[in-house]
Amino acid sequence: MDFAAAKDARLMVRGRGGDLRPALAGYRELEPRPEYVVGYARSGSRTIPIVSTTLSRKDRLGALKVRWGFGRDGYAVAPGLYAVGAPDPLSPVLVTANYKLSFDSLRRELVGLDAWILVLDTKGVNVWCAAGKGSFGTAELLDKIARTRLAEIVSHNALILPQLGATGVSAPEIARSSRFRVAWGPVRAADIPAYLASGMKKDQRMRNVEFALADRMRIAPVELVHAWPFAAAAAGLSALAALPPGPGWLGRFAWTAAALLGSIAAGALAFPALLPVLPSRAFSVKGAFLGAAWSIACAAGAVLAGGAGWAYGAALVLASTPIASFIAMKFTGSSTFTSQPGAQMEVERGIVPMIASASAGLALGAASRLLGW
Amino acid sequence: MRRLSYLKNGETLKLDEEACVGCGACVEVCPHGVFEIEGGKARVRDRGLCMECGACARNCPASALSVSVGVGCAAAIIMGKLTGKAPSCDCGSKGSACCG
Repeated sequence: MDFAAAKDARLMVRGRGGDLRPALAGYRELEPRPEYVVGYARSGSRTIPIVSTTLSRKDRLGALKVRWGFGRDGYAVAPGLYAVGAPDPLSPVLVTANYKLSFDSLRRELVGLDAWILVLDTKGVNVWCAAGKGSFGTAELLDKIARTRLAEIVSHNALILPQLGATGVSAPEIARSSRFRVAWGPVRAADIPAYLASGMKKDQRMRNVEFALADRMRIAPVELVHAWPFAAAAAGLSALAALPPGPGWLGRFAWTAAALLGSIAAGALAFPALLPVLPSRAFSVKGAFLGAAWSIACAAGAVLAGGAGWAYGAALVLASTPIASFIAMKFTGSSTFTSQPGAQMEVERGIVPMIASASAGLALGAASRLLGW
Repeated sequence: MRRLSYLKNGETLKLDEEACVGCGACVEVCPHGVFEIEGGKARVRDRGLCMECGACARNCPASALSVSVGVGCAAAIIMGKLTGKAPSCDCGSKGSACCG
């Protein structure tokens, strides 16, 4: 997403030449005032927005929406300098991305604290992804240190960065190019109060990225929403395969749709839920196990209870298994521990068997339907 | 919690123990506990946990670490193969759950 294309007009200000440019928080009042800004800290000629540490209904609703994959473009706050509580020149500086979900998950943890928040312009992308792309990076941090004139605001030299920003920011370079020193804070914002209270000490638990059940299920909705083309195709195919219309249509449709749509759910929901316990390290193989297990159950039902032939049952399994396998393989993009060479190996070894299985399933299904059910 | 591992993880991670100054920056930034300091030097404790994010190499003041940084994302690799470009996260901000 390009900032210029951001749909949220509140992020833009008009420059002297009449051009639209991203607003920089920390000098003037933001107009119109975002509802998370509860007041302004005045320091000399500076007017720095003070943000609430409580998430409003609107914030929570926005978070729910983006978790389901809606409205993520432009879900951003203006980069620049913000305050929490009543900070002074000795208060800590916490650095984050301008994705609103990142900003919100930081400020909600700062209840009762006095701190500065330096928001980098990551084009509305979260810290880890932006660090991977380089927008949460050394150059951007140096730019915001300079443009917010941070050195006039604080007298110390510590910047607390989220540890996951380390893929983009080089602490040695920041030390060489500015008076500031990077302290790598915890991975999770929730650990910040404990980190600050202990004098910026981090234990291994605060350093590790987990991919616990709750983390995995939090990203499942987006994958599910993005699987809609598969779901539409599966429903259409099931309707087609159940032809001709008549008394038996609904039964045939139901068995086919159960196998195909169920495999989408297997890949998008059962896979993330069961990831650690499924066999193999390859996501596609794990997904194939789930797809096969589900579609064999559906095929058995179709044959034994629905009166389908064995060939049609086999076609259901061949067509359904690669669906779950593919959706599971796509999950590598949202996982926290997959390397590129590994993902490359999965794609190179997995795609051909998936296409072969799906094609064989379609051909066998069509042939068996031409001859009967 | 048991640490999850993946295929081919950490294969490109290289640590030059001669150059290492034992500062512990790698231990500090690694999100998967790959490193430990032993006898004043960094050591790769468990390569299989390394996702090759590159945080350690970028923050090693002695340039003792190198790793080939990539995106561990099947969709990006497929897009890369289709378009002939290097795999990247720029699959459109609506493309996947990865950047939410």
